[in-house]
Amino acid sequence: MGDIQAAFSLAANLILTGDRDLFEIVGLSLSVSMTAVAVACAIGMTTGAAIAVTRFPGRGMIVILLNALMGLPPVVVGLAVYLVLSRAGPLGVLGLLYTPTAMIIAQAILVTPVVAALTRQVVDDLHREYDEALKSLGVRGIGLVRTLLWDARYSLITVALAGFGRAVAEVGAVIIVGGNIDHLTRTMTTAIALETSKGNLALALALGIVLVGISLAVNGALSGVGGVAGRSRNV
Amino acid sequence: MSDSVLPLSALNLRYEVNGAPLIDDISMTVAPGSFTVVLGPNGAGKSLLLRLLHGLITPTSGRIDWAGSGGLRGRTLRQRQAMVFQRPVLLRRSVEANVRYALKWQGAKPAELQEACEFALQRAGLADRRRVPARLLSFGEQQRLVVARALAGKPDILFLDEPTASLDPSSVQRIEALLVDANKAGTAMVLVTHDIGQARRLGQNIVFVHRGRLVENEAAEPFFSSPQSGAARAYLGGEIVV
Repeated sequence: MGDIQAAFSLAANLILTGDRDLFEIVGLSLSVSMTAVAVACAIGMTTGAAIAVTRFPGRGMIVILLNALMGLPPVVVGLAVYLVLSRAGPLGVLGLLYTPTAMIIAQAILVTPVVAALTRQVVDDLHREYDEALKSLGVRGIGLVRTLLWDARYSLITVALAGFGRAVAEVGAVIIVGGNIDHLTRTMTTAIALETSKGNLALALALGIVLVGISLAVNGALSGVGGVAGRSRNV
Repeated sequence: MSDSVLPLSALNLRYEVNGAPLIDDISMTVAPGSFTVVLGPNGAGKSLLLRLLHGLITPTSGRIDWAGSGGLRGRTLRQRQAMVFQRPVLLRRSVEANVRYALKWQGAKPAELQEACEFALQRAGLADRRRVPARLLSFGEQQRLVVARALAGKPDILFLDEPTASLDPSSVQRIEALLVDANKAGTAMVLVTHDIGQARRLGQNIVFVHRGRLVENEAAEPFFSSPQSGAARAYLGGEIVV
């Protein structure tokens, strides 16, 4: 119990005193995860929507594969990205290992299948409803994908949130490719892992509380946007 | 109507699902500016016929010719037609954005877009609701918007699949008025309905379909006064036709 009480007061203390290290870690966590989600949305939403509206041999297999990739283990992705970016790897010359960019790449790889698979489902359902009306108007190709993505926009906010949740909570991949270097690649989750292993349970828990708080705030902000703008949805 | 893609002629249309013919050897013509009503019992193939004519599905055999199209195909030919479905399909956007969207795909030029949109909204009596999300409209208003949206690009022909089924009488009246106005302005109509009163009010020609076959294709007046086939007589007499 003592640890928990100490953790809450430490968390409050860190936030209220404006602890510079804390804000640096939070800032890096947010910028890495948000950039990764933005990249994942750009790739995953268009891919998911394209798969939803096209029919080709092997489509069923691709959908199954996409759904399965939602469960990619972060450490495996971290290891794969590590091998590619390490000095001996094919992209070793870029010198990206142990940088925030490497962490963004790893998280984007983790989040893209989540965004693509969920978008595929959302757009597929909408397409079923719109199909004849849009065919009648002669809407096809890129125009069809754009129409469906725009009209699914409120559901897609939830998809992006699911992706952000996976990215910001993830530790396995960023710790391998980022290395948890102080002031450079230390994020909320890697810091929590480190403090826990050092036995600083109160500090680890305090960081955990801040992380959960941030997650709640981001979700709340985006749900607010979706809620206000999305009253017209599904009515 | 010299620049109309009509007349539309269907020749020996056949549509099979798993070898069973749902539409069997239907030939018919739709003249520019005409008002054709398709009647027939449930399951006769009326909606399928409409979808075949509009090109939403491809016939198993037979052909559809747009004699006035001058070789227009694909999207350009499609821009001259429109269809209204039984259940209104509205985009998750405002009333005005729905009309604008349709106009863009119907090939309206940017300069004409605003005026055409305004005209469509006024005609549908929805001008004061332009900013409302389309899906918040009442069912009757939604269907009125769909009809106005379909007519916005002044198509040569409009296909309607029971557009007023399950609407209240005043909504039916307003939609029929929209159709009559547009028809007078030159848009040919092909309307599937179950409402015999509506068929009498609107139809110039009646196509009666039974078991996937075209049984009668007649001007409205002789059809209603002296139907030739037993099926049409029974249908008009209010009997259950199987």
